[in-house]
Amino acid sequence: MITHDKIERNLGLMIVLTLLVVSVGGLVEIVPLFFQKSTTEPVPGLKPYDAVQLAGRDVYLREGCYNCHSQMIRPFRAETERYGHYSVAGEFVYDHPFQWGSKRTGPDLHRVGGRYSDEWHIAHLMQPRDVVPESNMPAYPWLAERAAKNTVGADIEAKMKALSRVGVPYTEEDMKGAKAAIGDMTELDVLIAYLQGLGTALKDVK
Amino acid sequence: MSDFVNEFWNWFVILTVLGGIVGCAVLLWVQSKATFTAGKTCGHVWDETLEEYNNPMPKWWSWLFYITVVFSLVYLVLYPGLGRFPGVFGWTSVGQHKAEVEKVDAAIKPLFDKYLQMDLNAVAADKDAMEMGKRLFLTYCMQCHGSDARGSKGFPNLTDGDWLYGGEPEQIIETIANGRNGIMPPYGGNEEAVGGPSGAKEVAHYVRSLSGLAHDSLLATKGKEKFEAACVACHGPDGTGMHALGAPNLTDKVWLYGSSEAAIVETITKGRQNKMPAWKDFLGDGKVHVLSAYVFGLSAGGKQ
Repeated sequence: MITHDKIERNLGLMIVLTLLVVSVGGLVEIVPLFFQKSTTEPVPGLKPYDAVQLAGRDVYLREGCYNCHSQMIRPFRAETERYGHYSVAGEFVYDHPFQWGSKRTGPDLHRVGGRYSDEWHIAHLMQPRDVVPESNMPAYPWLAERAAKNTVGADIEAKMKALSRVGVPYTEEDMKGAKAAIGDMTELDVLIAYLQGLGTALKDVK
Repeated sequence: MSDFVNEFWNWFVILTVLGGIVGCAVLLWVQSKATFTAGKTCGHVWDETLEEYNNPMPKWWSWLFYITVVFSLVYLVLYPGLGRFPGVFGWTSVGQHKAEVEKVDAAIKPLFDKYLQMDLNAVAADKDAMEMGKRLFLTYCMQCHGSDARGSKGFPNLTDGDWLYGGEPEQIIETIANGRNGIMPPYGGNEEAVGGPSGAKEVAHYVRSLSGLAHDSLLATKGKEKFEAACVACHGPDGTGMHALGAPNLTDKVWLYGSSEAAIVETITKGRQNKMPAWKDFLGDGKVHVLSAYVFGLSAGGKQ
């Protein structure tokens, strides 16, 4: 009989057995996700972010929006009543990395697309308390002063190329037209374009 | 879920899960068969007297581990976990959500059906309906119109009895159900007639005069002509606006974007765009009806 005595006196054996034990969880819970249709194929109607939205997404990342806003509506009635259809994995296949987040100081943003007007987003990002006096969200006035082409849009073609290597179906044309699409838009404009596209693949579905 | 791309992954999950559990059980059993000599040490001594014994695990502790093995097997029979096998209960998170929603929907449907039969005047007079309307308003509407429904710059105050698209019950329902797209084109779409920024200033003075605000009467007189050329199509010859187009009444001292000369000039030269989203698909007729009644009841018009 092998007792722990033998294992503990044999370092090589102990390392092998430890690795075996700690890998079981990942092998069962994580690895099969890469081989499921529901987690690897886009839901019908899902489009990759266009150049403007992609630049806006980088503003979202840079400003740390994910620290307070999740993008993951859980399948509970309390959430689907407020936000809309619960999130499904196939909606995030073009997100590298996804912005599910785990902290909701502010509301979930997964289905914020189309929920408010562009004008509302401008007023709200410039000074949230102008439209929601109870809000404790910080103001982001500098977004309106910075041209996206000099910051998040500066290397947009390279970003799209990198994303296309991991499976986002961008065409050569998409990449060539990226700079022109961003043009003179501010960081505020591109961020709003990103927000207005969020979660629209399953909008108004209950 | 578990729509694997091929059969391999189904069996991969099943065998790894069962292998893990059986492995734990075997390990427990093997260790319980191992022989120990009570009181025998491993031969290490630290700090003069500190020795490491090699005693078996307490029995109650091993039994706790055996219970977890049995629990996991029972669990895997009842709930999904073994590849494609859905479990005897057929539980899914989506199914649980559906059951939860259907249960509540069935409970509140009669209530909403009752309100849908009533006209907005009657619903607005119903205390329970107004309490519901308030909750709905605070969930879906307060982000733009404010928790007190008094709006803010660019977002209409719903309590003042002044309506862009009309305050009749049907008009409020239409606004909430299908949304509105408010567009004021720069210079009313006729920059020539207004005559650029200097003309816009004159029109602004005339517009201020309409509601009795301080203005330069010379500029206002010049502005009147331009107003008649470029603005009357939507705002009407007397400036009282038009509900069908959402063109605001300019004579009532209610200002969505501010009444200062600068604000009015900005409105004229740059135009304004605003959008009320459509809620019908998301909320459904019942909630739209109760919300409309709440909004109707907020204003002076609703209270009468």
